[in-house]
Amino acid sequence: MKLFTISEIKKSFFIALWFMFLTFPIMVIRVNTVENEIKWRWENMLFIGLGSFFLSIIWRYTIEKKEAGEKKSETGKSAEISFFQQVVETPRFYVPATIVTGIFALVFPFIFSIYQTNIMITTLIYVMIALGLNIVVGLAGLLDLGYVAFYAVGAYSYALLNHHYGIGFWTALPIGAATAFTFGILLGFPVLRLRGDYLAIVTLGFGEIIRLVLENWNEFSFGPSGIDKISRPGLFGIELSLHGNIIYTYYLMIGLTLFTIFVVNRLKDSRIGRAWIALREDETACQAMGIDNTKTKLTAFALGATWAGIGGVVFAAKTTFINPASFTIWESIIILCIVVLGGMGSILGVILGAFILILLPEYLRAFSEFRMLIFGAALVIMMVFRPGGVISEVRKTYKFKK
Amino acid sequence: MNKVLEVKNLRMNFGGLSAIDTFNLDVSDGEIVAVIGPNGAGKTTLFNCITGLYTASSGDILISPPDKKTKSIIGFKPNIITESGLARTFQNIRLFSNMTVLENVMIGRHCRLNSGIIGAIFRPKTTVNEEEQVVQDSYDILEKIGLEKYVNEFAKNLPYGAQRRLEIARALATDPFLLLLDEPAAGMNMQETKELDDLILKIRDEEKISILLIEHDMSLVMSLSDRIIVMDYGKNIAQGNPAEIKRNTDVIKAYLGETFA
Ligand SMILES: Nc1ncnc2c1ncn2[C@@H]1O[C@H](COP(=O)(O)OP(=O)(O)O)[C@@H](O)[C@H]1O
Ligand SMILES: [Mg+2]
Repeated sequence: MKLFTISEIKKSFFIALWFMFLTFPIMVIRVNTVENEIKWRWENMLFIGLGSFFLSIIWRYTIEKKEAGEKKSETGKSAEISFFQQVVETPRFYVPATIVTGIFALVFPFIFSIYQTNIMITTLIYVMIALGLNIVVGLAGLLDLGYVAFYAVGAYSYALLNHHYGIGFWTALPIGAATAFTFGILLGFPVLRLRGDYLAIVTLGFGEIIRLVLENWNEFSFGPSGIDKISRPGLFGIELSLHGNIIYTYYLMIGLTLFTIFVVNRLKDSRIGRAWIALREDETACQAMGIDNTKTKLTAFALGATWAGIGGVVFAAKTTFINPASFTIWESIIILCIVVLGGMGSILGVILGAFILILLPEYLRAFSEFRMLIFGAALVIMMVFRPGGVISEVRKTYKFKK
Repeated sequence: MNKVLEVKNLRMNFGGLSAIDTFNLDVSDGEIVAVIGPNGAGKTTLFNCITGLYTASSGDILISPPDKKTKSIIGFKPNIITESGLARTFQNIRLFSNMTVLENVMIGRHCRLNSGIIGAIFRPKTTVNEEEQVVQDSYDILEKIGLEKYVNEFAKNLPYGAQRRLEIARALATDPFLLLLDEPAAGMNMQETKELDDLILKIRDEEKISILLIEHDMSLVMSLSDRIIVMDYGKNIAQGNPAEIKRNTDVIKAYLGETFA
């Protein structure tokens, strides 16, 4: 495509005009209610006009290029693979990369401050629960918008057990996981009959119900004021300083994350994992090929919930204080964004997604007002240009003697 | 010959429309039966009723798996019916596009395998063996169908004809005694249709699988079928061997309209 043909310029001109019109009330007019005067900021209109004019040209140009690329890969034998993907799949690159990442992860708490380590713990918790959600959304294709409910179940299991019976972290970890698993099955039974959008709406509702129960059932969950003084993770009864405990929690999370990666990786290429993916690809065909849809969905839903439960227990132990405000729909959305942006079904993609979406906002506090805006824009752009996510799913290949 | 499938007085209503109207059909062991009829006659709906995707409004469907008692499959879920030995392909191809060709076939084996979550995570010897076995079995099926060169390709990247064959491979992987093919030759060229003809005969003769097929390609139907059933407006309007059907005036009417009869 020629970048500056008359018709292209005309198109962009009208787009710019339309944007100037749309943003006129908020960008140009400013009413000062104290002095009762209106300020006309015409220069803003100029910026909007120029900005949308050039952006629209670039936007259409990139889309056209992308479509041309797709055509080429359809006629050619192998599909075009991104640079990222190639790096990931070449042993010469990924072996040293894994070693460096491993060493970096091990020494991290000793070269960075406690503040940084804390942020890293949070990120690892997100990595873990996003990998859990990846089973539900990425592999099985069930759009679950109430995932945070299971996170809350895990967190409250530990908080309540600790508050009432003084039960420690390590005992609570399997209990929290089991409770979340049970909730997954219980909630799964009624909702998994639904497909697609309906499932999304009902899970969204369930997520909110759990939060509202926690907020309003004061006798049980202490309402909005939450539960405090939750014990940090214990280390065989050894007393740790606050500093020591954070470092300990960090390594604990590294261990749990590795465990999660190990399990999800094994599940992915197993009989169950294949059934999940088949379910995502075509529910009707999947059932017609002899797979019990209900059972397959339930295992995905409940296993995903289990990881949210484990994450919840660690979260409660790490912050030592929880209340329902930590478990809003916004959390579900962030975790979902991690999975979608990172690459549905791809373990490495989801890990990268978590690092991008959790770490960037931490270090770009200056832009925190625009967080939603940037999230939204990033999602739209990704869906247009790389619908498979940063790193798209790779399927196992098998070798055969000829 | 004993009957492997018997459809008795089947009715299927969608609101006011009766897509299948007191329909009768049977397939004997080792037989190739074709169902033909104009578009909208209810052929696909018939398949959907037999394979459990739709629940028939009334009537009965009986199957007799080899060495097992005859049983009714009305009200069974599709996966249970497939487990009992009926496998199908779809008129509008429904492969698992983002899975490899081999994985598509492996999904077909799913209901013949046992390992669960615990097996997947800990990979005991039994699971490892089972996985090796399913990979080999699936590969063998692909070889038989002639798709082995695509083994690690994504299903969506296959040429059209190969996709149709993959659907058959996937269905065969479920170990059926009766295979239901919904317009397997649709969109194929002459060469591909010829190959399909051979393939279907091979499946019947070597795998000892009975076949019920829907097809519009009359040369294929005439050369393959032992028996043809003609369907129009959900009714069985004629049946017989290919020679009889060619002569039948009702059939010509249904296909070409009154004036030609
Ligand atoms: N799920 C459905 N809901 C309503 N009507 C349907 C449904 N499935 C099929 N039909 C109707 O049943 C009739 C038979 O369709 P079909 O079995 O697909 O025909 P064929 O395969 O013989 O071309 C058509 O009139 C179609 O519109
Ligand atoms: Mg049809």
